[in-house]
Amino acid sequence: MSNPLELPPELEDALAGLNQPSRRGFLAGSGALAITLSLSALPGARALAQAPLAAAGPYPDPDFLKLDTWIVIHPDNTATFYVGKTDGGQGTGTAFRQMMCDELDIAFDKTRLVMGRTDITPDQGGSGGSTSVERDGRPMRRVAAEARRVLLDLGGQHLATPVEMLAVANATIFVKSDPGRTVTYAELIGGKRFNIPLTGSRIDLTAGQAAVKPVTDLRVVGQSHKRYDIPAKVDGSLRWAVDMKLPRMVHARNVRPPYAGAALQGIDETSVRDLPGFIRVVSRGNYVAVICEREEQAIRAARQLKAHWQRPTVAPFPASGELFDYMRRATPTSTSEPRVEGDPEAAFKVAARVIEAEFEVPFQGHSSIGPAHALADPSDGQMTIYTNDMKAYSHRTGVAKFLGMPREQVRVVYMDGPQVYGRTAADDAGFEAAFLANELGRPVRMQWMRDEEAGWDTKGPAHVFKLRGALDERGKLVALEYDACSADYNHLWYNESDTVLIAQLMGIRPAKPAKGSVESPTTMYSIPNQRTTTRIVGMPLIWETPLRTGNLRDPNGPQVTFAFESFIDELAAAAQADPIQFRLDMLEQGKEDDVFRKSRSLAVVRAAAKLYGWDPRPSPKSQPSASGDQMLAGRGVAYTYRGNTIVAVIAEVEVNRETGRVWTKRLVCAHDCGLVINPEALHHTVECGMLHGLSRALWEEVQFDTEKVTSVNWASYPSLRHSDTPETIDIALVNGDPNPGRPDLAPYGAGECSHKPLIAALANAIHDATGVRLRRAPFRSERVLSALQAQSA
Amino acid sequence: MSIVKLRVNGATHEVDVEPSTPLLYVLRNDLDLRGPRFGCGLGQCSVCTVIMGGAAIRSCITPVSAVRGEVTTLEGLSKHGKLHPLQEAWIEEQAAQCGYCQNGQIMTAKALLDRNPHPSDAEIREAMDGALCRCMTFYRVQAAIRRVARGTKATGERQ
Repeated sequence: MSNPLELPPELEDALAGLNQPSRRGFLAGSGALAITLSLSALPGARALAQAPLAAAGPYPDPDFLKLDTWIVIHPDNTATFYVGKTDGGQGTGTAFRQMMCDELDIAFDKTRLVMGRTDITPDQGGSGGSTSVERDGRPMRRVAAEARRVLLDLGGQHLATPVEMLAVANATIFVKSDPGRTVTYAELIGGKRFNIPLTGSRIDLTAGQAAVKPVTDLRVVGQSHKRYDIPAKVDGSLRWAVDMKLPRMVHARNVRPPYAGAALQGIDETSVRDLPGFIRVVSRGNYVAVICEREEQAIRAARQLKAHWQRPTVAPFPASGELFDYMRRATPTSTSEPRVEGDPEAAFKVAARVIEAEFEVPFQGHSSIGPAHALADPSDGQMTIYTNDMKAYSHRTGVAKFLGMPREQVRVVYMDGPQVYGRTAADDAGFEAAFLANELGRPVRMQWMRDEEAGWDTKGPAHVFKLRGALDERGKLVALEYDACSADYNHLWYNESDTVLIAQLMGIRPAKPAKGSVESPTTMYSIPNQRTTTRIVGMPLIWETPLRTGNLRDPNGPQVTFAFESFIDELAAAAQADPIQFRLDMLEQGKEDDVFRKSRSLAVVRAAAKLYGWDPRPSPKSQPSASGDQMLAGRGVAYTYRGNTIVAVIAEVEVNRETGRVWTKRLVCAHDCGLVINPEALHHTVECGMLHGLSRALWEEVQFDTEKVTSVNWASYPSLRHSDTPETIDIALVNGDPNPGRPDLAPYGAGECSHKPLIAALANAIHDATGVRLRRAPFRSERVLSALQAQSA
Repeated sequence: MSIVKLRVNGATHEVDVEPSTPLLYVLRNDLDLRGPRFGCGLGQCSVCTVIMGGAAIRSCITPVSAVRGEVTTLEGLSKHGKLHPLQEAWIEEQAAQCGYCQNGQIMTAKALLDRNPHPSDAEIREAMDGALCRCMTFYRVQAAIRRVARGTKATGERQ
C-alpha cells in the first residue's frame, strides 16, 4: 500500500466499531478519553470488523456546534475528521481531508476521515447537487482552522511564548526563533476533548473564532493527492455496504408487480414453502418480499413465488414510441408564468430570418452497475442500516418515520457503494431491509435484481422542447422563444417515508404529489428579446409506477442543454457563422454577474477552442452528399454552466455513413470551478462526467410497452462501452476569475457540470460531419442511419 | 445440499450448498470474498468476474458444480503483500470512480494480458468491451492496461 499510516479499511472499520460507544460518550461530554488503538493492538481486526457495531442506542444527533464533533487529535499525533458527507467516487473524501489538513497544518497521511455515520458524524445532509466541496467544505475548513487556533493557544501556554512567535508544521508547534522548542498537537490534546463551542445558525455556517487561510497560503489544497479509497477498491479489501454481514442475517428479494399499477389478489405460499432455506413471504398492500437463509435461495424463491395480480383498468402510460406525442397532448399538471424579456413578438415580426425546431429526450435510467442493496439490523430494539445512501441522514429520518420508531433509535451507517448520481437520494432498499428486519426480528440483507433495478429505479424525466429564434439581417440572434415540457410530475424526493417505493406499493401517499421541475437554459448569452414558457406533465399512472422520476446527475441539465445549445448551433449555421464566434459574440454582449460568470464563460469557451485547435468556419463542414467517403468527420461545441461552474466541451466525431455508427474520437473540455482542490481527481471526474453524458447521447433510453418497462438489462438498455471511448480526452482547468489570484477564491462544484453539455456537443458534431441535425436523443446507429438516408432521399 | 470442494486463491475449501448455486454466492457468502460482486446475474456486465483455467468467467452464471481447477479472485492477484502490476497501474492512473465494477475491469484485463501481453489499443478495446462501468472510467482503465502492457517483459513473468 502507498503508506503505512493509511489504515487498511478493515482496521478502519474495526476502529470505528470499537470506538463506537466511547465516541458517543466522548461527544456527550462524559469526560472519558477517546479510545485510540494502535495497529499492533488489533491482531484480529478482520474478525472484529465482522462483529456488529455496538447496538445500544439511543443515537442522539452529533452537535455540529462542538469542535469535538468534527475533529479528534489522537495520542499518536494523527487526527480523525468526522464529516456529514458521502463520496460517490468523485474523490470528495480526499478533497475534504486536503482542505482540513491545510487549515489544521497536519500532513495528509496523518489523518483519517469518517463520513456519513448518522450517530457519529454531524448532519451535512450527505451528497447531492455538486455541493460537497463548494458549500459543505466551508465549515470543514473553518472548524479545522479553529482547532489550529485552539492548539496554538495551548501551545503558547505550554511553551510560555506568545502565539505570534509560534508556527506550526506537521502538527507540531515550534518557536519561530528557536525551532528546537516544540510541542506536538498530541502532547497538548491527544485523546482529549477540545471543549470548544462553535457558532452558526445552520451547519454550513458553522464557524469558530479563527479565519481560514488565504488561498495563497494553502499547501495541501491544489496538490494531486492520490485518492485514499482507491487502493482498497483495487485489491478487494474494502468492505462495501454490499459486503456487510451479521450473525443470524438472512437474505431477502422483492417480488414486483409484473404490470405497472397491478393490484395483488393473493399469494400461493405453497409454491415456495418447501424450497430449501425458505423462511417467510412478507406482503403488505402490493409490496411482496421473500426471505430465505441464503442469497441464492431467496433469488430462487422470489422467482418461483406464485402471486396473483390484477391489471389496472387504465393503461399506466403510453408505449415509449408514443411518449412524445402523449407529452405534447397531455394536460399539464403545472405551467409556469411566461417569462418575457424585451419585446419578442415585435422582434420576430421584423426578423430577417426565423428558425424553429423541436427536440426530444426520452426517459433515461440511473441503471446503477450495482442494484440497490442494504442490510438492516433490528438488534436490541434499535435499527441500524448499512447502506450506500448518498443522503444517509434523511434516510435515518425517513426510516424512523416509516417504522414509527423514535429517530434516536435509528442510525444509518454509510458505506461505499456503486455510483450515486441521485439514485440513492431515496434508498428504497434500505427502507425495505428495515421493514423486513422489523417484521422478522433478524438482520435482513436486501438486494435488487438487474431487471428490477433497470425497471424500477428512478428515471431522469423525458422532455420535449420547442425553440424559435429570430436572426436580424446581420445574422445576430435578436429574439428567442423557449418552450419546455418535462414528464416529471410526482418527482421522488429524498428518503420520504411516504414516497419511497415500498411506501407507494403499500398504498401510503403524501397529501400531494411532488410538483416536479422543468428548467430554463443556463447561459450568459445576451439575447435582447426572450420568451420562456415551461410546463410539467404526468403519466396516467403516477403512483407505484416504474416510470418514477428522480434526480439523475444534474436532473434536467443535459436535456435542456441539448435542446438549447443544439438550437444555438442551428442559428449559427443559419447565420453562416462559426459556432464558437457566434457564441463568443453573444457572451461579449452579456452582463457580468456577482461570480463573474460572463468573464469566466468567455475564458472557458476561448480555452476550449484553443486546446482543440479550432479553425473558425461555419457548420456543416461540407456538403456530405458530394463526398464519397464512408467516414464523415466533424466537430461540435456546447457551452453551459451549472451553479457557479462553467464548462465548454468540443466533441470530434466520425460518423459511418453505411452503419450510422457515431464514434467520438476526441473530447476537449475547458472547465472553470474556481479554486481546484485536487487537479488529478478533478480531471478524472470531468472525464467521467463527459463520458456519462456521451453514454446518454449515444445509447441510453428507457423503453416500455403500455404496462411495463422493457429495457431491463444491458442488452435492452445499452450503455457506453470500452469500444465507444474516445481516443483522446483533453481537459483544461481554467481560472477565468478577473482576479485569479485573489485570496478568497472559492471552489465551486464539479460533480455534474461536464456531464451537462455532452448531448448537445455530440448533436452539433454530427451535424458538422453530416449536415444532418438530430433533434431526438439518443443517437443510436439506427436513428443516425435513417436520418442520413432521409437526407440523401 | 451437497459438499463441493473448491480451490480458490491457492487454498482448498469445502462448502455445503446446492450444486446449482452460482459460484458468485459461494465466493461472497461462504468464503467471505469481496472482489467479485453482483451486477446483473446474467453474465452481461463482468462485475462478478473471476479467472478459472486462465479465462475470465462470469461467476454469477457459473454453477459451483461446474467449477474445474483453480479459481482466482481479485484478492488472489496480490502475492506476498505485493500488488499485481495491474493493481499498481490502477492506483497510478487513479482508474476508479466508485469502484464497484473495477473487479470486472481488472480481472478481464488480467486474462487479456496473460494471453496477450502486448495488446494493441484495438485489442484492448475489444477484449474489455464486455466490462461495463456506469461511472464511465473506460479511458483511464485503458490507460492503466497500456501502462502494464508497455512494462511487460515476457509472458509468464506477471503472476
